[in-house]
Amino acid sequence: MRRVRLFVTLLACAGLIVALAAAVLDVAGAAVSSELPEQLRASLERSGVEHPVTAVLLNFRSYDTLLEIGVLVIAGMAGISLASTNSLEDPALRSADSLLYALQRWFVPVMLLLAAYLLWAGAYRPGGAFQAGAVLAATGVLMRLGGLPMAFIRPGILLRLGLVIGFAVFLLVAVVGALMGEAFLAYPATMAGLLILTIEVALTLSIGMILLALFVAAPVTDEHEPEEGAGS
Amino acid sequence: MAGLLFTPLAWASLSLLLDFRKGRCVSWLGMVIQVLVSLALWYAVMERGGFSYALGGWEAPLGIALRVDGLAVTFVLLTAAVATACGLHAGFYLDACKPWQRYFWPLFWFLWAGLNGVWLGADLFNLYVSLELISLAAVGLVALGGEAAALRAALRYLFAALLGSLAYLLGVALLYGRFGTLSLALIDEQLASCEPALIVALLLMLAGLALKTALFPLHGWLPPAHGIARSPVSALLSGLVVKASFYIAARLWLELGDRLGSPWLAQSIGALGAAAVVWGSWLAFRQPHLKQVVAYSSVAQIGYLFLLFPLTFAVAEPVSLLAQQGITLQVISHALAKAAMFLAAGNLILSIRSKRVDALAGVSHFLPFSLFSFGLAGVSLMGLPPSGGFAAKWLLLQASLASGQWWWVGVLLLGGVLAAAYVFRIYRASFLEVGDSDDFYHPPQSLEAIPMILALLALGLGLVAEPVLSVLSLPFEVTADVNEAQL
Amino acid sequence: MSSALLYALAGVALCGIGLAGFLLLNHLLRRLLAFNLIGSGVFLVLVGLAQHRGGPDPVPQALVLTGIVVAIAATALAVVLIRRYFHLTGRTSFKAESEGDGGGAGS
Repeated sequence: MRRVRLFVTLLACAGLIVALAAAVLDVAGAAVSSELPEQLRASLERSGVEHPVTAVLLNFRSYDTLLEIGVLVIAGMAGISLASTNSLEDPALRSADSLLYALQRWFVPVMLLLAAYLLWAGAYRPGGAFQAGAVLAATGVLMRLGGLPMAFIRPGILLRLGLVIGFAVFLLVAVVGALMGEAFLAYPATMAGLLILTIEVALTLSIGMILLALFVAAPVTDEHEPEEGAGS
Repeated sequence: MAGLLFTPLAWASLSLLLDFRKGRCVSWLGMVIQVLVSLALWYAVMERGGFSYALGGWEAPLGIALRVDGLAVTFVLLTAAVATACGLHAGFYLDACKPWQRYFWPLFWFLWAGLNGVWLGADLFNLYVSLELISLAAVGLVALGGEAAALRAALRYLFAALLGSLAYLLGVALLYGRFGTLSLALIDEQLASCEPALIVALLLMLAGLALKTALFPLHGWLPPAHGIARSPVSALLSGLVVKASFYIAARLWLELGDRLGSPWLAQSIGALGAAAVVWGSWLAFRQPHLKQVVAYSSVAQIGYLFLLFPLTFAVAEPVSLLAQQGITLQVISHALAKAAMFLAAGNLILSIRSKRVDALAGVSHFLPFSLFSFGLAGVSLMGLPPSGGFAAKWLLLQASLASGQWWWVGVLLLGGVLAAAYVFRIYRASFLEVGDSDDFYHPPQSLEAIPMILALLALGLGLVAEPVLSVLSLPFEVTADVNEAQL
Repeated sequence: MSSALLYALAGVALCGIGLAGFLLLNHLLRRLLAFNLIGSGVFLVLVGLAQHRGGPDPVPQALVLTGIVVAIAATALAVVLIRRYFHLTGRTSFKAESEGDGGGAGS
């Protein structure tokens, strides 16, 4: 029975690969050249940044990015909803490795610098808020493993504020455009660059915070809610 | 427009900073705003027809455009009604003392934002992001509290939802590779004839969305997730969330299906839907737990929706319109009735302190109001006049006879009989006189009123089907002035 | 055959391998890794297929970046859920409890 299941599944997946490969080759032969890249080049000047990927992410398709940050906030929030206060300061999770302590002093400042560079570079070369936020989170993970105290990561108003600040700033910028009589998420052309930079800085902080919170939230507690209707 | 998108997202971030009680007050204010904005948008569409709205002022294909038409605005309004009811109910129902309940409100608002994003979305990739927003918020709501059974259900749900989304995204990747655009309208324009690669893309997208909608035989994840969640959450999930992925599948089918579909594909999707009706109802009849009955009933009711595929493929225009109207009515009436049913079931569970159907004995004396709401919602699910369910099935019946596909009539009739069977089973259990226990808890009046209102709406929908459906056929302007769309 | 097309085909292979892993493995973390494998495959198809003609295209690159963030969020949430589930039940798969509900691909 088990071998039959294995065989059927493998056969189905092989069939999927063949069908997909045929479809990809078919599409590659028939693809039309769309006017999208040209349109993008023409509009790049008005977007406020020089790097096309950042322009697409934070201006042309900024609604996607807004919702994407929303997804991150949901994950972070669901993560910390499962953790509880005391577990976040669990001393058993600290590493006692002396090499780590020594390296940490060198790595943390360099990593913070790297995060700042990535953020700044996003305007004209590969980089940007998410990359910078990920480095920031990695710094936090290193600090936590080394046992540096990080009071802000305890579940409290500070943590929740940190989770949501990037999203909130993005949303505020989005709605200001709408209140000034333009479309939702439209930036005034003259200020687009500055606004995008503001959003990116706030996003970097939040993304770093969310990823770090998810890392820290993984340990668990015994407290839980009884099932609905399990009173008697 | 901006208000509709902004409010849920803003309230999500605001309520994250507050605890459950303060979040409740703030959220109720937000619900009022959201209902008003939805009504205003509905009115605007009634007045001047549908329009498209370019976000950030960038038109498709460069930017993301929203499509505001009669169908979308009907669903926005439906979402506002059902979500408000669930939110009000949750405010009283959930235990405010538990520290994790504060996360209910932000998750609730993110869910609402994602739903509005799906109804209005016209961009294939944006629909993917909205779907993921909905899935993750829904999983978070199921897992809230974090006991083992809920975690298990949440994980199953998460895996199913993620696999479904990726299958959809793979289809999107093929379409983007072929057409170089993500706008559904532009793809529709450029699609001249059937190509095998595009059929693969459509099949992938439909399969992924069917998994997320819990179409038989991919429904395994739904009953545990909907059964274990808190009742207001179950109501949201069953009433609205599963409809989001169905809505995208239906939009794809109606736009691209005439060129990429085949009679074989349409009939087999319809057959799966029919199997879901029969199998889901049968399992609902056999479940020992009250909420599992309601959850399996969702599997059955979702089956009806997939009759859209055979009934709109290669049939005359009026027949196709009839089927679309029938399915829309079915979505609306099921959303209202199922939300009412879950909320009423939550009241019953609160009262008898047990999830089992056989523990209901004697509850008819103590909670007649909630039981009555449950029954009224059941009337709509069975499809008895004058309910919305009846109007929907009547339209579908006409559509299947007019298109010569008489075999679906049997499914519609059998489904109604089976629905009657599982609803009456609950009634039978609750009227039993055992007499050994009168230890019932009385939930507050407001908890009992909300499911009643929803059930009455579902029941009355049949009487006002005409005006509701008239919005669907409003004209759609291709070019609209963005400035006028400021609501 | 351009190198972009090669990437797309590699993505196709990854999707197939990932799906097989997703359906056959029982350990929850392995299933999660299989999901990530499918995700990488889909992203490769998205970028590779779009850049097959006309060279670098920033739009799919941005889409993939968004997709990666979404996938990271989902993965992180799943890891938190799995760890808590393991902590409460000591199980690493759904298998131990058998269910008679017919199941499905997502089970």
